[in-house]
Amino acid sequence: MKAQDTLLYLDGVSVSFDGFRAIYNLSLVLQSGEMRAIIGPNGAGKTTMMDIITGKTRPDTGDVYFNGEVDLTKHDEAEIALLGIGRKFQKPTVFESHTVEDNLVLALSGPRSAFSTLFHRQSKDEAERIREILDTIRLHDKRDWLAANLSHGQKQWLEIGMLLAQDPKLLLVDEPVAGMTDAETAETAKLLREIAKTRSVLVVEHDMHFVRELDVKVTCLHEGTVLAEGSLDFVSNDQRVIEVYLGR
Amino acid sequence: MITQWFFSHVDRRGGIVITLLVAIAVLVPLSNLLLPATSPFHVPTYLVSLIGKYLTYAMLAVALDLVWGFCGILSLGHGAFFALGGYAMGMYLMRQIGARGVYADPVLPDFMVFLNWKELPWFWYGFDSFWFAALMVLLVPGVLAFGFGWLAFRSRVTGVYLSIITQALTYALLLAFFRNDMGFGGNNGLTDFKDILGFNIQADITRSLLFATTALFLALAVFVTSFIVRSKLGKVLVGVRDAESRMRFLGYRVDRFKLFVWTVSAMMAGVAGALYVPQVGIINPSEFEPANSIEAVIWVAVGGRGTIIGPIIGAVLVNFGKTYFTAAFPEIWLFALGALFIVVTLFLPKGILGLYGTWKSKWTDRTARNRDAVLPPVAAVRSGHTPIPEPQAAE
Ligand SMILES: Nc1ncnc2c1ncn2[C@@H]1O[C@H](COP(=O)(O)OP(=O)(O)O)[C@@H](O)[C@H]1O
Ligand SMILES: [Mg+2]
Repeated sequence: MKAQDTLLYLDGVSVSFDGFRAIYNLSLVLQSGEMRAIIGPNGAGKTTMMDIITGKTRPDTGDVYFNGEVDLTKHDEAEIALLGIGRKFQKPTVFESHTVEDNLVLALSGPRSAFSTLFHRQSKDEAERIREILDTIRLHDKRDWLAANLSHGQKQWLEIGMLLAQDPKLLLVDEPVAGMTDAETAETAKLLREIAKTRSVLVVEHDMHFVRELDVKVTCLHEGTVLAEGSLDFVSNDQRVIEVYLGR
Repeated sequence: MITQWFFSHVDRRGGIVITLLVAIAVLVPLSNLLLPATSPFHVPTYLVSLIGKYLTYAMLAVALDLVWGFCGILSLGHGAFFALGGYAMGMYLMRQIGARGVYADPVLPDFMVFLNWKELPWFWYGFDSFWFAALMVLLVPGVLAFGFGWLAFRSRVTGVYLSIITQALTYALLLAFFRNDMGFGGNNGLTDFKDILGFNIQADITRSLLFATTALFLALAVFVTSFIVRSKLGKVLVGVRDAESRMRFLGYRVDRFKLFVWTVSAMMAGVAGALYVPQVGIINPSEFEPANSIEAVIWVAVGGRGTIIGPIIGAVLVNFGKTYFTAAFPEIWLFALGALFIVVTLFLPKGILGLYGTWKSKWTDRTARNRDAVLPPVAAVRSGHTPIPEPQAAE
């Protein structure tokens, strides 16, 4: 099977909503340890692709494999999360009535059954990991704040922190710098590059400055399928990519 | 040791309420039994039973708050679990009557003799034993809730659809229990109880003991709810309430968490119903009325959902109001209740306790403004919740 030795393998994936083809014959391969940027105009199907990988949407046809062997179309959201795929949503979704720290506590990898959470006591190790993540996402001084009171950019960071706490093999990051200041954007690029040293990352983003700073292979989606793939310079000089972006 | 363990699982407010409940469990019976009726501190027996009844309602409200306030499951059928617990207790009390019934049949309750039944139906077996009945008080609501929740939560029925089927559940049970051939006394239900565990059910001492038991069980319910809510599981529940699908993407099996808390809540409601029946002396199908379940929702909303203590206050206050209004102006009670619900929904989304929280946060805000003006302190925004200290890691 071709999926062997890949971390994420999508082949010939299609999905329609009431006759509207959101994803059409999409194929994409991600190697272990790789970071990939996905670009493409609004409505290209980038978020839908993440929905398919994380089990939220079932594809009509096509193969989706994780780690070369796990058929993701046969698992639900919780199982896929436990396999080691974490996701950051386009619209930041943190638990607003929990504190920053509790958001991380919930995300932290570990037993997830009702029984074990009922009698859970935080270990020294867990406390240490939370401290580390709070440092990484620079929210240490706000650990007792309700997530609802964070700024938009801070929520994005908290969500990235939650991803780290989950300790996934593959991170799916949907538009992480939307609504961020330039300084925050640069910081986020730095953070993602740091994260990508130890894990695989698939990041969707519009912001070309940001994609350039990531300095990774780029895949351009359009109308649910791959339009071009390669370095950012290669992709952005592709005639069809230019048409898609400028034609709008 | 034990007190330390105890207080690591309840907040200050929960501790106060539990202490208060234990105190009234002791003081009210003492006053009723020992003080002369002329003393201003004497609590007359009718009042002991009336407050006892309110406390069972409060327990139902706490159970409802556990699923609605903390997990976002709005049950419009919790009265069904309450009534089932009540029926289990009622069946025990019926069988205690023995040959003292009107027809003096040593085994069959009066209504069965009246219906010309020759022998006890199988599902009445065992109810002559108190402990068997007590087990059924937990098991019957628990198993029904588990089966119902298993089907509903796995197929991801949520929101208003779930509320509607809970309402349908209690309505279906209402119709079923009305039927004479169901074997639960039909329209008249179960009544004319004589004694419980050998005590005359009308005696002052029994009434006082029932009151004390109710107060203690309510205290236990507060503790269990606090324990659940303050554990990591409680944080998961709140996560499910606020962003259910996000919780799934974190790897939590949301349906199982809902099933757990739903079943615990149903059993708590069953215990409340079992304590209610001996104090009011009757259980009949009207306890399954959908309107009862909706009233329970109003108690929780009035007191403040998601606060544990609020629902107790809401249940007691609304029922005092009900007792007063239905005696003084019976025709306007339902309008008053409806108006109360509208006022609370529009102006007090967090209930009475939320009002207190906002008032307190305004106060702390004003005093803290000069020191730290960036954001309101967490404790205030939590509408009165104190930040939860992490349990110590050391064993
Ligand atoms: N659940 C759904 N039902 C119907 N249409 C959908 C659904 N999800 C996505 N779509 C449609 O699919 C297209 C792709 O959407 P999306 O994946 O969100 O694009 P992108 O993230 O690239 O901006 C859009 O036209 C969107 O309206
Ligand atoms: Mg999108």
